[in-house]
Amino acid sequence: MNSISIFLLIVGIVFDLFGCIGLLRLPDVYNRLQSATKCVTLGTCSILLALFLHYGFTSVGIKALIAIPFLFFASTVGAHALIRGSYKFGIKLTDKTVIDDYKEVSK
Amino acid sequence: MKHITLFISLFFLWMLLTFSLNAYNIIVGLFTALIVTLLFGHRFLQDWKKFYNPLRYIWGLIYVVVLIWDCIKANFDVAYRVLSPKMPIKPGIVKVKSSLKTDIAKVFLANSITMTPGTITVDIIDDYFYVHWIYVSSNDPAVYTEKIIGRFEKLLKKVFE
Repeated sequence: MNSISIFLLIVGIVFDLFGCIGLLRLPDVYNRLQSATKCVTLGTCSILLALFLHYGFTSVGIKALIAIPFLFFASTVGAHALIRGSYKFGIKLTDKTVIDDYKEVSK
Repeated sequence: MKHITLFISLFFLWMLLTFSLNAYNIIVGLFTALIVTLLFGHRFLQDWKKFYNPLRYIWGLIYVVVLIWDCIKANFDVAYRVLSPKMPIKPGIVKVKSSLKTDIAKVFLANSITMTPGTITVDIIDDYFYVHWIYVSSNDPAVYTEKIIGRFEKLLKKVFE
């Protein structure tokens, strides 16, 4: 059980790292949010799951388990609010963009 | 009945969160759940009878499994795009039509889109979802609608509608 929890911990940290690399490398705010939400959410969920396996059904373990759905909803709704807000604010999409259907309705 | 359902679920969540059978904890939990129920009870599920249908929970469980599998795929997808030196991205915002009617189902669909490979919801206007896609692989609305929301839409219809 201990080795599974260490494995999950390592996976979580690696994916958090990938998310941060994506935050630096990708071209604009919209693409950066993609890496920030996906990698960082699953990375952190993995760390919390490792915590649950380590502590079992105690106060700390259950709290870690309940934090997973909270984190999930907070990060998806937060990403949604950020991406919509930055579009309304007028931040341009990158030059590589091929299609923009949102332009006509965002006026 | 709607309010009682909300009250019991909130109190249950509180008990899990504190995880101790202290009298002090229980009293604080009862009061908090009562206040939240009185403030937001009218906003809870319009059709509370759906809450007690066990079949919906089974579909919900299948939905969670599908969602977790997609989350893992999404992570490898993003990691590949971020780490590869050429950075294979072709971003764009596409319009997707969904057939879901209730608000809560739409919220869950938007969250699922955000967690699936390469897509993130920008806005919902009526039945249309505006989705930012990191690699636009086709220009045909029918193809990408199926690709982005196809599998979740069917499951969410069974869970929430």
